[in-house]
Amino acid sequence: MSKELTKRTKLEIAKSPEGLEGPGFFASKLEDVIGLARANSLWPLPFATSCCGIEFMATMASNYDLARFGSERLSFSPRQADMLMVMGTIAKKMGPTLRQVYEQMAEPKWVLSVGACASSGGIFDTYSVLQGIDRIIPVDVYVPGCPPRPEQIIEGILKIQELAKNESFRRRDSAEYKRMLNSYGME
Amino acid sequence: MAANSPIDYLPVILMFLVAAGFVVTTMVATHLLGPKRKTKIKLDSFECGIEPQGNARLPFSIKYFLVAILFVLFDVEVIFMYPWAVNFKELGGLGIIEMFSFVALLLVGFYYMIAKKALKWED
Repeated sequence: MSKELTKRTKLEIAKSPEGLEGPGFFASKLEDVIGLARANSLWPLPFATSCCGIEFMATMASNYDLARFGSERLSFSPRQADMLMVMGTIAKKMGPTLRQVYEQMAEPKWVLSVGACASSGGIFDTYSVLQGIDRIIPVDVYVPGCPPRPEQIIEGILKIQELAKNESFRRRDSAEYKRMLNSYGME
Repeated sequence: MAANSPIDYLPVILMFLVAAGFVVTTMVATHLLGPKRKTKIKLDSFECGIEPQGNARLPFSIKYFLVAILFVLFDVEVIFMYPWAVNFKELGGLGIIEMFSFVALLLVGFYYMIAKKALKWED
């Protein structure tokens, strides 16, 4: 396996968005260019509470190397983070903390829910565990698994990259988005 | 090639202008283009998700300051010991005498500090 990995040296460059091309110029929509830039430089904020966090560490380490996808810079402050990665069981007592971290993130922000516990409470069908983080914060992509393998986590991040790439420029100011936030009791 | 004239350095100025211009343009553009949502919670200070309590700018005990300053003093002593330890053999007996007198001098200060009860935290 390691031999294959070291042999792969072909670099893939992100595809340029659709646009008008000619000798010496390229015209495209600003929205597409910004989407491209955002998608390929998502800074994750890891909110790791249990075993999915261990898988996340493997995802960041050299074998899987999330840096290949432009997400090597972990942000432990929500101010510079684009993507909140919730990995692990979220107890009800942890809920308000998670919510505060999400609300303190700067727009635009995406949420990746990694593993069965974060997505649905998992095997912990009990009074003390939050039955899925989407009860308190909006989630963009769910990654199933208990815990999911690093490949699955990377797949989830690639899905978020798709979302970031195709997001409308005005989405975060739209009435629909505000209504969605209001339904979670956020402004 | 003729003698250097100041005009030859114009590209350097141009480079500085382009660099500064790029920074200013990007910062202004991102501030104008990026979505913003300024709620009270968002603008609160970040305390790892815990709600902040009180003001961060509190007066703290002067004793802490004293301990910190004393730490710096004896920390410097250790810094001086490193190069001495590396050149221990070359410096020989004279080096030992010098270092011991230096440490003795600091020990006088240490004794003074103890005698003044500077490290006594509680009254």
